[in-house]
Amino acid sequence: MKKIAKSDLSKLFAAIAEGSELYLPVKVAGQTNFAPYTADAEVDVDTLKTVKSAKDIFFPQSENLYTCKTDEEKNISITPEALQNENFVVYGMRGCDAKGMEVLDKVFLSEPVDSFYAARRAHGTVVAAACGEPEETCFCKVFGVDCAEPVADVVTWTVGDTVYWNAYTEKGEALTAKLADLLSDADEKAVEDEKAKIRAIVEKLPYSDLSLDKFGAGKTMELFDSPIWEELYKPCLACGTCTFVCPTCQCYDIKDYNTGKGVQRFRCWDSCMYSDFTMMAHGNNRTSQMQRFRQRFMHKLVYFPDNNDGMYSCVGCGRCLERCPASLNIVKVVKAFQEGAGK
Amino acid sequence: MCDCNCHEKYYEDTLIPKVGVITAITQETPDVKTFCVNAPEGGKLFEHMPGQCAMLCAPGISEAMFSITSSPTNKEYQEFSIKKCGQLTDYLHSLKVGDQITVRGPYGNNFPVDTELKGKNLLFIAGGIGLAPLRSVINYVIDNRSDYGTVDILYGSRSADDLVKLKEIEEVWKNVEGVNVHLTIDREQEGWDGHVGFVPAYLKELNFSTDKTALLCGPPIMIKFCLEALLELGFSKEQVYTTFELRMKCGVGKCGRCNIGSKYVCKDGPVFRFDEIDELPSEY
Repeated sequence: MKKIAKSDLSKLFAAIAEGSELYLPVKVAGQTNFAPYTADAEVDVDTLKTVKSAKDIFFPQSENLYTCKTDEEKNISITPEALQNENFVVYGMRGCDAKGMEVLDKVFLSEPVDSFYAARRAHGTVVAAACGEPEETCFCKVFGVDCAEPVADVVTWTVGDTVYWNAYTEKGEALTAKLADLLSDADEKAVEDEKAKIRAIVEKLPYSDLSLDKFGAGKTMELFDSPIWEELYKPCLACGTCTFVCPTCQCYDIKDYNTGKGVQRFRCWDSCMYSDFTMMAHGNNRTSQMQRFRQRFMHKLVYFPDNNDGMYSCVGCGRCLERCPASLNIVKVVKAFQEGAGK
Repeated sequence: MCDCNCHEKYYEDTLIPKVGVITAITQETPDVKTFCVNAPEGGKLFEHMPGQCAMLCAPGISEAMFSITSSPTNKEYQEFSIKKCGQLTDYLHSLKVGDQITVRGPYGNNFPVDTELKGKNLLFIAGGIGLAPLRSVINYVIDNRSDYGTVDILYGSRSADDLVKLKEIEEVWKNVEGVNVHLTIDREQEGWDGHVGFVPAYLKELNFSTDKTALLCGPPIMIKFCLEALLELGFSKEQVYTTFELRMKCGVGKCGRCNIGSKYVCKDGPVFRFDEIDELPSEY
């Protein structure tokens, strides 16, 4: 266990940024999101949840895959985009977002491996932050996340004016060694007390005892035709906000952009909430918003566990509770089925 | 700079296509053309199995998944039979021999030609452009004739002019021992002395014995009524295969589009047996 005074964090960030790119929560126009560190950035490590999750550091909202050029003889040449080849550090990721990376790993690191994502994972070191004050919208405990001790390369705890720092992996040890001048030895006591304090808060959160009994692998046929979906989806505006702020949503689109000098092939986040997501020349297999709404939650709560040894594609970050303009969210869905089943 | 070499592997990523050259074009029907595709240096772009698909792209226009209609026993090139019905297919139809496109794949599973179908009597049922994926299997079976039992091919289209690969059907398939071809068109037409009527009705009329395994591909409505007809004839769902068509982008089960239940059609399909389809939610 190491420690650093909170007032010295700016020195720590500067030191990390000297050796590699550093992403951390930065406040821009009143909103905090992960962004590259700069000397004049308004770093904000106190906000519990960034508006968007940390996923776009590893799975960017938009990224180029290759460039395609056609010469005068109409011959095509393809130049793939270079992969991430520089080490970088992400500071301040919460336990839910760190678990979200585990979910995305199941998608992008399964065969055939997505080399663009894999390169970023290989070169990124994650410094997670324990959640000192989990909020009422948090329900990460339901999905097996311990926000008092996130799973990451390094975990930090802020207790009063001190930030405690503990490395868990080789990458974490390497980063710790580089910062040896700034970090001093600490005993575990303060951190153990902090963990106990956090876990006690989590116990009392309103959704911490949410039951997932009705969901999980093998429940497709039981849930798919339930009349509950018809009632639930109605307020949905199909805006896709839930999918964009979600740390585990991974649906993407692949598109071409004509730069005038060639064609840039890129991929960008897409959303199963949109009507054109499944549309093709001969028709559309999900024509109603009810079907699209059902797809999102069935995927997170049933299909994904089916394919990944029971792991859910939700980490309980609660962003959808905060951001949905129609007050829809995964807690409502889970509760509706829980209560509906009792009728 | 990191001293690892993992960044050098990106040329292998399945999202990075290869360049393909169109080496021949056949106008099959008023709205279907078959394109032969080779690597620029000659030869095939990749090896595939019958039923697999590939992503064809006209850079800057669009990209979509097409079934590979040639058999893997064709050692020289790959063929794609493409119906003109959208932005990309309109553009592909405007291409000439020598023009280049990009191709990635092959994607998906295949008809189980080397396992479950081996030694079986086969019944192919196709409607319109639905012949495209089955043709790969038919030619594979013909080229490995002794591995399979009898072969019946029931193929129908809107009109005699809309039958794809008619030349090959007449000149090759009809002359292979143990292969019976049954053609039909939807409406009477001058110069057509063959059968007239929809594929499902003709299927019942032909009253096939149930000692066959059926492979089915065509418009969704034809698939629905053909399956009913087969069940009426006494076939079980375990004896009937089809191939799905859904919107796809990545081809590797990650982008989320072709997800039905726990399956990704691009990766776990496109070929499914009807008893497997029963286990999927009805969203295809």
